[in-house]
Amino acid sequence: MYRWLLCFRYLRTRYIALASIISVTLGVATLIVVNSVMAGFSAEMHERMHGLASDILIECHTVGGIPNPESQLAQIRKIVGNQLAGSSVSVHVPAVMGIRYHGQVVTRQVNLVGVDPETYDTVSDFGKYLLHPDNRKQVDFVLRDSGYAPDREQLRDAGWGYRRWRVNYERELEAERQRIEIRRSAATSASNAVPELAENSLQENSGDQTPNPSADAAAVGPGFDYLPTTPEFSDLTAGGARQFDPARETFPGIVLGISTCSVRIRGSGDKVRDHFYCLPGDDVQLMFPSAAENTKVIDQKFTVVDVYESGMSEYDSTFAFVSLKHLQDFRGMVDPSSGARSVTTIQLKLVPGANLNAVRDTLQAAFPHPEFPYQIQTWKDMQGPLLAAVQLETTILNILLFLIIAVAGFGILATFFMIVVEKTRDIGTLKALGASGSGVMSIFLSYGLLLGIVGSGAGLIGGLLFVDHINSIASWIETITGREVFDPTIYYFSEIPTIIEPWTLCWVTAGAILIATLASVLPAFRAARMHPVQSLRYE
Amino acid sequence: MGRNLNAPVAICARGLRKSYHKDRIEVPVLQGVDFDLEQGKMTAIVGRSGSGKSTLLHLLAALDFPDAGEIYVGDQRIDNAPRKQRDIYRNRGIGIIFQFYHLLPELTALENVLTPVMIGKSFWAYWQQRKALCARAAALLDRVGLGHRMHHKPTELSGGEMQRTAIARALMFDPQILLADEPTGNLDGQTGQTILELLHELNRQDHLTIAMVTHDDGVAARADRIVRLEGGRVVASPRHAVA
Repeated sequence: MYRWLLCFRYLRTRYIALASIISVTLGVATLIVVNSVMAGFSAEMHERMHGLASDILIECHTVGGIPNPESQLAQIRKIVGNQLAGSSVSVHVPAVMGIRYHGQVVTRQVNLVGVDPETYDTVSDFGKYLLHPDNRKQVDFVLRDSGYAPDREQLRDAGWGYRRWRVNYERELEAERQRIEIRRSAATSASNAVPELAENSLQENSGDQTPNPSADAAAVGPGFDYLPTTPEFSDLTAGGARQFDPARETFPGIVLGISTCSVRIRGSGDKVRDHFYCLPGDDVQLMFPSAAENTKVIDQKFTVVDVYESGMSEYDSTFAFVSLKHLQDFRGMVDPSSGARSVTTIQLKLVPGANLNAVRDTLQAAFPHPEFPYQIQTWKDMQGPLLAAVQLETTILNILLFLIIAVAGFGILATFFMIVVEKTRDIGTLKALGASGSGVMSIFLSYGLLLGIVGSGAGLIGGLLFVDHINSIASWIETITGREVFDPTIYYFSEIPTIIEPWTLCWVTAGAILIATLASVLPAFRAARMHPVQSLRYE
Repeated sequence: MGRNLNAPVAICARGLRKSYHKDRIEVPVLQGVDFDLEQGKMTAIVGRSGSGKSTLLHLLAALDFPDAGEIYVGDQRIDNAPRKQRDIYRNRGIGIIFQFYHLLPELTALENVLTPVMIGKSFWAYWQQRKALCARAAALLDRVGLGHRMHHKPTELSGGEMQRTAIARALMFDPQILLADEPTGNLDGQTGQTILELLHELNRQDHLTIAMVTHDDGVAARADRIVRLEGGRVVASPRHAVA
């Protein structure tokens, strides 16, 4: 009883000891904040990476790909058994994308992916990151009327309405250009009759609802005309029998990663906004290799039907998705005799809790290397270095911060030695009144424990409050220092993600309390060994 | 000087030797002391500074170990008893007061008085009896005339009040023996007298056995018995100081 009474009294009266545990408090608070933010980042990264890359990826890097995916899938199903939750096939091919923007062409290097709209969502979170709400439910490579991301100003009007408006605008622009051209030629010929004639022809032109093919071709621009060169996709332009009307028709649909078609810039007033080179409804041109033995470049136009934003800049800045069927057709991945379609990638989704590495190893054994030129990886293998870097960073930060708490422990040790010296006579008194050595020792151990609990408790509360208000604190620091703490142009998160793991809280707090208690062991031992008579006489 | 067979003896010490070592030089303090503390009597241990009287008291209180000799409390030998038994003896067997009071500065007078029971009883035992124990401590403080200053810290008490608190603390476990080390040494004459009166009253009313170390012959003169130490030996042990 007396030990608790005394150590509570010491706690209340010895402010120097409280000062010595402030570093414990700060250490605990920092550890909690760092761990929560790192866990938040890591979880967000894991979730996105895992969501985007299915559990196991079987890639074939040869130009022709995997010729008979169905039989391979059947074999995989047999091997993996009931651990398989879903599977999909896709075609991955590097491509160059050209976007017409204000009369010039913006080129981008993309990873063109042909996905099966029916099954792709069973292996990865593809649909979840599309901007149109209907596409999120079921991916469909057709242009929607409107309703792309209603909360974004730039995308509010995208869709069919925008496409028609743009086609009309370009036609009128072309008409206007022709008119100016005619006026100019008329002026140079110095003839009076010609302008009237030109005027008449213009009226005729604008009254005509059928599109003017030459005007449209001019709007598209040189070098980017419709593809008469694509034999697999010739129906649109076949023999000029039917003219393509961009106001009513689209090219095959393409979903672009948001950073392939936009740049994120810091406008006036430090507001970050996306600047789009093209919107759903615009057409883009892609060039990619064919699957033939003597590879040729295929040049194909697509119509942007949606935008994909996962928050992972690596994905958002490289991926473009089209329908698997179309891509197989364009690249010539269909066997003319059997009609079998080949793919480059097989994606597998396993049941929750399945051992990814074990399944990967079995599959690697089942598809040995020289025979099958496949690369079989789990999603963690693919993102290995990044995940390992985050893990390493967390570990090192934890070690460093625990060293800070250990330094605080030495502060407690020194303070405690002073308190024990100061209390020498009281220790003698207690022993004269019958207190045992272990009883005296436990006073100081309990005191250390109590200080540890108070210090890390305060740190715990402080850390949790900090994590809870981290975004407002970040913005407050931004206002004060003028430096951005969390740059959304880098991270693609609008807020700092945090996750508070109860287990982390437990071990951080327990570790700090343990350090504080350990620091009091030596002084407590010294107190316990004091000779009662000498302590009583201590001046 | 043999053991007095007429009066029952509370503490009996035989052939006590004790020396201190300072830089390899041996300083003998007690050189074969025989001492009987008679039950129900007030014994004064007198002697000059350095004669070993305080050391004798510390040995009797089991605060230190003799180099040679034996100390019996009743039938039990305590000089070589296990640590736990010595702790219990100090806690319950005796009450002890000091020249410099040795109250714990963080605790109030009442809490200081309660300290021996807090040490001697387990947490739960103390918690269950806390009301009765507090009442007893308050009664003790009342008895020593400090009923109105129970919740004062030692720094807020005068020397005499602190010594009274220390006496109340020594009585908390209701011991048979009270050991006092210069109880009036730090007090002015008048205050010292009141403390002495209090000790005499305890001796008379409660038949408390008291051993009191003092260098003041005037204080010693009022004791039932005086033991004089000189050069580490008992030189005179008249049965009655007045004799």
